[in-house]
Amino acid sequence: MTTETILRVTGLRKQFGPVKALDGVSLEVRAGEIHSLLGENGAGKSTTIKCITGAYKADAGEVLLDGVAISPQSPREAEQLGIGTVYQEVNLLPNLSVVENIALGRMKTGFLGRIDWKHSRVRAKAALDKLGVSIDLDEKLSALPVALQQMVALARALDVDSKVLILDEPTASLDEKEVESLFQVMNRLRESGIGIVFITHFLEQVFRMSDRMTILRNGKYVATREAKGLSREALLQDMLGKAFEEMQGRPGNLNTFSEGLSGKENRLVVNGLGAPGKIKRLDLKLKPGEVVGLAGLLGSGRTECARLVFGIDGATGGSIELDGKAIRQGHPRTSIDEGIMLASEDRKTEGIFPNLTVRENMVVALQTRRGFFKPISKEEGDRIARKYIDAFKIKTSGPEAKISELSGGNQQKVLLARWLAAEPKALILDEPTRGIDIGARAEIEKLIESLSREGLSILMISSEMDEEVRCCHRVLILRDREVIGELSGDDVSESEIVKLIAAHA
Amino acid sequence: MSTVSKRNWRENPLIWPTAGLALVVAFNLFFGAEFFSISIQDGHLYGNLVDILSQGARVMLLSLGMTLVIATGGVDLSVGAVMAIAGALVAALVERAGLGFFVAFPAAMAVSMLLGVFNGSLVVFARIQPIIATLILMVAGRGVAQLITTSDVIIFEDPVLEFMGQGYLLGIPFSLWLVAAIFVGMVLLIRKTAIGLLIEAVGDNENASRFSGINASQLKLIVYGVCGLLAGLAGVLEAASLSAADPIKSGELRELDAIFAVVIGGTALTGGRFLLLGSILGAILLQALTVTLYNVGVPAAVAPVPKAIVIVAVCLLQAPRFRTQISKIVGLRRGK
Ligand SMILES: Nc1ncnc2c1ncn2[C@@H]1O[C@H](COP(=O)(O)OP(=O)(O)OP(=O)(O)O)[C@@H](O)[C@H]1O
Ligand SMILES: [Mg+2]
Repeated sequence: MTTETILRVTGLRKQFGPVKALDGVSLEVRAGEIHSLLGENGAGKSTTIKCITGAYKADAGEVLLDGVAISPQSPREAEQLGIGTVYQEVNLLPNLSVVENIALGRMKTGFLGRIDWKHSRVRAKAALDKLGVSIDLDEKLSALPVALQQMVALARALDVDSKVLILDEPTASLDEKEVESLFQVMNRLRESGIGIVFITHFLEQVFRMSDRMTILRNGKYVATREAKGLSREALLQDMLGKAFEEMQGRPGNLNTFSEGLSGKENRLVVNGLGAPGKIKRLDLKLKPGEVVGLAGLLGSGRTECARLVFGIDGATGGSIELDGKAIRQGHPRTSIDEGIMLASEDRKTEGIFPNLTVRENMVVALQTRRGFFKPISKEEGDRIARKYIDAFKIKTSGPEAKISELSGGNQQKVLLARWLAAEPKALILDEPTRGIDIGARAEIEKLIESLSREGLSILMISSEMDEEVRCCHRVLILRDREVIGELSGDDVSESEIVKLIAAHA
Repeated sequence: MSTVSKRNWRENPLIWPTAGLALVVAFNLFFGAEFFSISIQDGHLYGNLVDILSQGARVMLLSLGMTLVIATGGVDLSVGAVMAIAGALVAALVERAGLGFFVAFPAAMAVSMLLGVFNGSLVVFARIQPIIATLILMVAGRGVAQLITTSDVIIFEDPVLEFMGQGYLLGIPFSLWLVAAIFVGMVLLIRKTAIGLLIEAVGDNENASRFSGINASQLKLIVYGVCGLLAGLAGVLEAASLSAADPIKSGELRELDAIFAVVIGGTALTGGRFLLLGSILGAILLQALTVTLYNVGVPAAVAPVPKAIVIVAVCLLQAPRFRTQISKIVGLRRGK
């Protein structure tokens, strides 16, 4: 491993109105190292990246690539200089095909600017092969699940010959298998002498992959540390500015809670729900306060289950009952009125209203539930927004801030607040902690527990198995779009889940 | 409806149409103060300023409806044609069928609204792009208007219509009262119900709005219906002001004026946030420009050129990217 510095960032400052997003950030990445950039939600990681690549213009600071000062005016220019980037919010074009998304802007042209598609296809295929995924090159991007869209974004970044590769939370929506292939690629690139900047909230991944790490807090540089010999506690102390106790293992009261449920009436009953190409058959019973997890690999049908139960996709057979009342299927509006709600995994296209305020984003579901003629006044909305901003420690200048100005993790918290504000009876959480930092993750797990105690039934999907183990009373295992097993009580553990998934291979 | 935040005056979308208006006013101060003269004759206000407002009334009505349609991410190109149909219908019913105003007018309004709902259905159910869907009625509508009038201009006489189009109330043209009442009504409706938030949500991210339980189809039908209704009202006003319905000339190219007014007023064509007051200001600015150019003696055929320049300038100034570029250039000049 060389120790030659390839990317040096010093004294980066960036202010948005009154908000100091970056206040003197420094970062030094060597050739042939994986360098993690760490910090809580809103610490300034994504903003640092955007200032380096020219997506934002920094107020002050210097960026040296290979010893030469650069100031790219756009991410495209940065790309040409040799900085490949995958942004936190996948910014691809949903209506174009996979190959177009990978090749766009760097297509080889022939006579009279005719595009050499053959060449583009070969390169796109090679980039996807590197990641070990096979996707139909002609598939429209929006038809792919978020995880595969993420892979396309990665392939696009790998397709250029870069000196520095920046990955902003690339693993947030990936399953173990995809994460593994990404890591293999990263290791290979490291050996070839590329400097990699890696942002993630998963500390296991940080320790496993990185050589060094730089920690930010509230837009300020805190420290740069060698990964070797660093303890988890010390790192958390750096990130949070205080000692932090992590939750470990499965709380015992989850099992005792289940025993108390047996006498109660079912809250949500799903019978034989199915739709061709989505789910073969789903049967599900949730008691009040019960938290049930859906586990399985990418493509096993977890999200499809959620969408069918919520009614965003229509089922071809089966029935749904809430508190004994049959629910008309295929109508999200009806589901919300009755109290069945879904917090989608896809924050950007199925969640936020980017140009509306934090307050408006939070009250919109409650508003549809109340109907046209009972508007939520600005004061009431303000009260609701402030309540959740405090409760979830959302980092924002206030309820009237535009949601797109919040960091990714904080947007996620706003969306959780949207659904809780609408007073659900059964809540489906699809990847509720995606992109959320370790402190807030613990808060959300605690929140799930207290909601369960108040009688809210929760159906939870998480690619983090340990999270389901810590939160769920029961776990259903899916494979090939049907439920193949169930674990409850003491049997709920990561190893059992993995065993069940593998057993039917 | 958007609440204008106070954090930065330059981000207030109303600032640019207001600045444009100020510019036109300043120009007139310089080149001809008679622009501002207001006289009272027979207890009625007369003068350029009154003309601007009363002639702008129709575009204001169109732009109010258009604002809502654009906010949902759509556009309605057929408003000019709907004006012609509504005008022709009222004239034909009054003059040829001998029906009274109180039958003819509601009938014309109902038909206009249905035409709007027809547009909406093409967008919602047939899933045709709004620009194409409304192009159909834009082209076919003129034909329908000509069928109604059997190709002639219908000259009619009706006291109520005459009052609507040419009458005064408390010294001010009645059409202005009408526009003011509709504007206030719409603002109240949007404030007192949640419809504003829901429209903005649909326009901002239609997919996410489904997940939040918003019935986007229903909202779009309403919005296109309202747009048709207001276009019909504008058409009746135009016919009433001339006591004649011209199936060809009535509302010609008005759809473009309406869209310009909305855009100048700070509502983005991409949908989402909308500003009814901005659209009204935009409509006034357009009309003020027209009158000013006429006063200065610019031939009617050339007038669209300076108009276009002002529209482009206002739109550019609204784009944050352009503003940063400009401030950069200005900064360089200052030797920063
Ligand atoms: N366009 C913007 N306008 C206003 N404020 C912004 C904007 N972009 C970022 N910020 C603010 O800057 C701060 C840093 O945001 P950033 O997105 O860099 O955080 P992050 O470390 O990437 O967090 P996360 O882990 O949640 O992705 C946040 O407080 C955010 O609200
Ligand atoms: Mg981020």
